Amino acid sequence: MNPANLGLALDFGLSTLALGIAIYAIAVRTTYAAVVSFVAYGLLLALVWIRLAAPDVALTEAAIGGGLTGVLLLGAAARLRVTEAGVEKERPGRVLRALAALLAAAVTAALIAALLALPTPAPTLAYEAAAGAPATGVGNAVTATLMAFRATDTFLEKVVLLLALLGVWSLARDDRWGGRPGLRHQADPKGVLVFLARLLPPIGIVFGVYLLWVGADEPGGAFAGGTVIAAMWLLAIMAKLADTPPIAHRGVRLLLVAGPAVFLLVGLGGLAFGAAFLSYPESIAKPLIIGIEIAMTITIAVTLGLLVSGAPERVDR
Amino acid sequence: MSLALDLFSFATIGLGVFFFIAGTVGLLRFPDTLTRLHALTKADNLGIGLIVIGLLPRADGLAALKLICVWGLILLASSTVSQLVGRAARHEETGE
Repeated sequence: MNPANLGLALDFGLSTLALGIAIYAIAVRTTYAAVVSFVAYGLLLALVWIRLAAPDVALTEAAIGGGLTGVLLLGAAARLRVTEAGVEKERPGRVLRALAALLAAAVTAALIAALLALPTPAPTLAYEAAAGAPATGVGNAVTATLMAFRATDTFLEKVVLLLALLGVWSLARDDRWGGRPGLRHQADPKGVLVFLARLLPPIGIVFGVYLLWVGADEPGGAFAGGTVIAAMWLLAIMAKLADTPPIAHRGVRLLLVAGPAVFLLVGLGGLAFGAAFLSYPESIAKPLIIGIEIAMTITIAVTLGLLVSGAPERVDR
Repeated sequence: MSLALDLFSFATIGLGVFFFIAGTVGLLRFPDTLTRLHALTKADNLGIGLIVIGLLPRADGLAALKLICVWGLILLASSTVSQLVGRAARHEETGE
């Protein structure tokens, strides 16, 4: 079998598996099984991105889709367990289900039609982005695109992340406002989880910083690095080695706004001294981008950690 | 020399794949959680280990180091998770 056919067979197997797990995640009745298959789906999707030669997306998909979203949904599933039996009895009516199926089928058909209607080769700015990347001093065209060519989008995305956290916090009861997010985790102090939570974070933190640093020239970047660091923090919290900070803590709030604030300052600097909002002078473009990415990594790590931890539930007395 | 290396890689990776298949069959066929875990550890430890050994002669210095790190981290994660899953399973069975 020649390599091209082998690759095709691998792609076919991967897509079939991803589709199968996606259908299973929707069709399965218990929330827990749905969440577990969603995590497996995220990891498969990361492999699909690798096959599509998009390692940056694959890293983010594995870290967010397979990792943190999985933890978030598992926590949600655990909380929903009490009410699940009651919800199971309530099924939407036949007409409503038929309408939902019709809507889903129409959206799928429209997406397929749009995909098939694309001219060959598909319109792309990839060549321009790759050609323009050296001007930013950053070797990875994806990082150059995210941090320079469409920096405004990236900046607004980080603000959206903060808004999502505020949304989670706003679910707190009034008397718990300002307290520590989530319930206190239970862990056997001599257990294997505590052992892992002592052993892994030093490796994980170094790896997270490595991902941030290497992101300038290779696949990686602030989001992937921040997610890995957030995961290490959450591991320590789950093993009861650390506790979530009270959300009223001034330091926590400063860390949460540090990334967008640095981004905004650099952007306004571009407006004041340069051509436009977020325009970097070419001579110091790379230090500026790396500086923003370092601040963003810290903010992303804290935001994601707190997002997974949930609404404040415990007030220190 | 390169033929010998190819044969070595072929043999170790093939053996690794065999352990993966054996582990998967065990996962599907074994009756309870603890025996299924037992089957999974064969895939995790022997399967990955043999594949990494088979790939090592084909990787240059830094990539080889990364492969060994990946192997070590998988060993650490899989043994920890096995312990946790096994404990949870016993918890559920005995109701302790």
